Amino acid sequence: MAVTLNRALDALTGWLVGSIGDDAACGYALAAILQAGMLLNLVAISGLVFIWLERKIAGRIQDRLGPTRTGGRFGWLQTIADGLKLLCKEDLMPGKADWLLFRLAPYIGLAASLSAFLALPFSGMPHPFVAQRLDVAVFFVLAVLGLEVFSVILAGYSSASKWSLFGAMREAAQVVSYEVPLGLCAVTPVMLAGSMDLVTIGDAQQGGFWNWYLLHSPFAFITFGVYFTCATASVNRAPFDLAEAESELVGGFHTEYSGLRWSLFFLAEYGSMMLVSLLAAILFLGGWHGVLPLGLGSGGWLEALLGTGIGGYLGALLGLVLLLTKGLLLVIFMMWARWSLPRLRIDQVMTTCLKYCTPIAAVCFLGATLWQASLPNGLLLRPYNAELLRAQAAGPVATPPADVLIVDTAGGRP
Amino acid sequence: MQTSVEDPRVLEFDVRTDEMLVNMGPQHPSTHGVLRLVLRTDGEVVSEVTPHIGYLHRCAEKIGENLAVRQWIPYTDRMDYLAAMNMNLGWSLAVEKLHGYAPPERGRHLRVIIAELGRIASHLVGMGAYGLDLGSFSPFLYAFREREKILDLFEQACGARLTYSYLTPGGATADLPAGWTTRCLKMLDEFEPILPEYHTLLTSNAIFVKRTCKVGVLTADRAISYGVSGPVLRGSGVDFDLRRDGEPCYTQMYAGYDFQVIVERAGSYPATTGAPPPPPEAVLGDSWHRFYVRMLEVVQSISLVRQAIALYEAEEGLDHGQPFKLGAKLPVGETYLETEAPRGQMGFYLVSLGQPNPWRARARSSSFCNLSVIGEIGRGCLIADIPAIVGSLDIVMGEIDR
Repeated sequence: MAVTLNRALDALTGWLVGSIGDDAACGYALAAILQAGMLLNLVAISGLVFIWLERKIAGRIQDRLGPTRTGGRFGWLQTIADGLKLLCKEDLMPGKADWLLFRLAPYIGLAASLSAFLALPFSGMPHPFVAQRLDVAVFFVLAVLGLEVFSVILAGYSSASKWSLFGAMREAAQVVSYEVPLGLCAVTPVMLAGSMDLVTIGDAQQGGFWNWYLLHSPFAFITFGVYFTCATASVNRAPFDLAEAESELVGGFHTEYSGLRWSLFFLAEYGSMMLVSLLAAILFLGGWHGVLPLGLGSGGWLEALLGTGIGGYLGALLGLVLLLTKGLLLVIFMMWARWSLPRLRIDQVMTTCLKYCTPIAAVCFLGATLWQASLPNGLLLRPYNAELLRAQAAGPVATPPADVLIVDTAGGRP
Repeated sequence: MQTSVEDPRVLEFDVRTDEMLVNMGPQHPSTHGVLRLVLRTDGEVVSEVTPHIGYLHRCAEKIGENLAVRQWIPYTDRMDYLAAMNMNLGWSLAVEKLHGYAPPERGRHLRVIIAELGRIASHLVGMGAYGLDLGSFSPFLYAFREREKILDLFEQACGARLTYSYLTPGGATADLPAGWTTRCLKMLDEFEPILPEYHTLLTSNAIFVKRTCKVGVLTADRAISYGVSGPVLRGSGVDFDLRRDGEPCYTQMYAGYDFQVIVERAGSYPATTGAPPPPPEAVLGDSWHRFYVRMLEVVQSISLVRQAIALYEAEEGLDHGQPFKLGAKLPVGETYLETEAPRGQMGFYLVSLGQPNPWRARARSSSFCNLSVIGEIGRGCLIADIPAIVGSLDIVMGEIDR
């Protein structure tokens, strides 16, 4: 997206440089602000939609209708009405709370959830819609998403409530359990594509669903299941919503929160839900590529018909829609699980993640490696797009600058 | 002062944990009303549970001394408000025992219909709320959907949906309206096939089994020594049900009916269609068994209602039992009668000096004894197990505090 927008903003930049002064940074700053705005709105609007969707899905699962009044027959505006209500609520803080951390905690969560979208591509080559294409995008996304834990722990710690503290401690215990298998599962597609760049990983799965990493091998298939389980745990969704278990801990870490701060936690939760789902779609479900090879991508009939410019953009836009659809389906699956399953106990969550998910993920990684070594074309003898991969590997520089690798071995300990 | 790692003071300073007293309730989502539990916790482990009750005390028993026996019926409604019909029945039977009165046959079958429907409604709430305690939201609404249909039937019979005051000393305030039995049978026909759905969502659900098996194990000896009753007692494997083992003036109500007492005998429960067998993890007397007994009792109650409707319709006379006159004087004497309410043995004690109102009116609540075991079986479990145990005891605070 950066490349696209920068190109589109070239004229604007030129005008700015001409009018403001001899500094191209202005144009880039503007482009950055625009992109940040687009990403923010994507998360915020999808948050609005997801909350409405969750209520509708919960209603349908439970033999109810869900919202039907606000905003017409389907209650479209229910979330906005709720948001307005939350804005108008009294801003409460417990008297003994740590005022700085109490106020800071929801913003940390939201910032972590939003920042992770920076490295998430929404379409592939040659027009990657991505705010900042990173060589280590998988690592970046998982690492930044992991920061969200701080918000939960800080919120629970600073609330000066015993229930909140329990929620925070549970989150701390949970995070050490699920982060390990989650990382191990994400490594499998990285190994298969030979890159940590999400654009490369997504594009390596082009050409129909039989090329998706989900169907690469039985091991990859199981890895996807483990990944999705751990991803559900990482975004605190049922049956892993222990940090806010309302039948046990009243509200868990957000017991003492109200109004806008409380809603920020939820915006962060829904943002993270979308993020892990989109990540799952890119890593395992072909990302922005369609179920069948219909030639919408580069070199397809769209480009032949409309030219590489408009045709390419249209293809990329369709890829974006495809990716969002896949992510949405995964989110709906999470909602379905939430409204159907009882909650696990904290020791059972840790057992599930550490005693089952971690060994399974490790074995599957090993299995997928051996599979890749013995059957490089996969089970279905997929048409291996070697040229494309080679071209992409040559694209972004894969090796980090040398100075990063220099380790100070001479200095002693203080 | 020089310290080393071997110094026990350093070690204790580093790893020593403090106990924390946590107040669970009376405003807590899963304490079933206004129960307050004080938990002594070490991390997530609960070392002591102390229940505090009395937040819903309304002096119902004292009020009963100043009211005619029929006027006290609405107060019994508010004891176990989830099974108000069975409360009405308990008090009515106690008063009738003092009078030495037996209702006509039609009234007897009517009472069985109503009492067993009340048991189904009550167990539905118990089942749904138990799912809620374990974090599963949907079964609660499924249970309420079916309960609504029973409440509709009750509304058609007596005009109220929660506090019925329907069964009364002497019989019932009114006979069942025309077409009621047909609607009731239709409701049961629709309801019975839904039960396997509940079993799928809860009873045999892997997470549910993990959360309830071996949690809060109450042995048979301990259950008897604490005086627990109802499904909690039968979940511990004690074969006791007042509908079969109670006093004659209560058991004669069920004379001629065919039903089984749901209890594990020789390692297996009475065969029930659509119900999954107990999982291998389950231990007799744990939360899972208490829940399971309730689920199977619903099936028995459905069968009882069907039998009762057949007998009720076959009855020739139209007399369903006329309520006693409001100012009618009670015979001098005292009486005590326990009935099998959905939550256990509900006893009513009555002393009369020959006035229309009793000299003493007292109630013995099953939930009170059932709750008393929480300190025993809640010790040493995790915080998340406390709602699981309290939910499996299925208490109603209105009955405990009165």
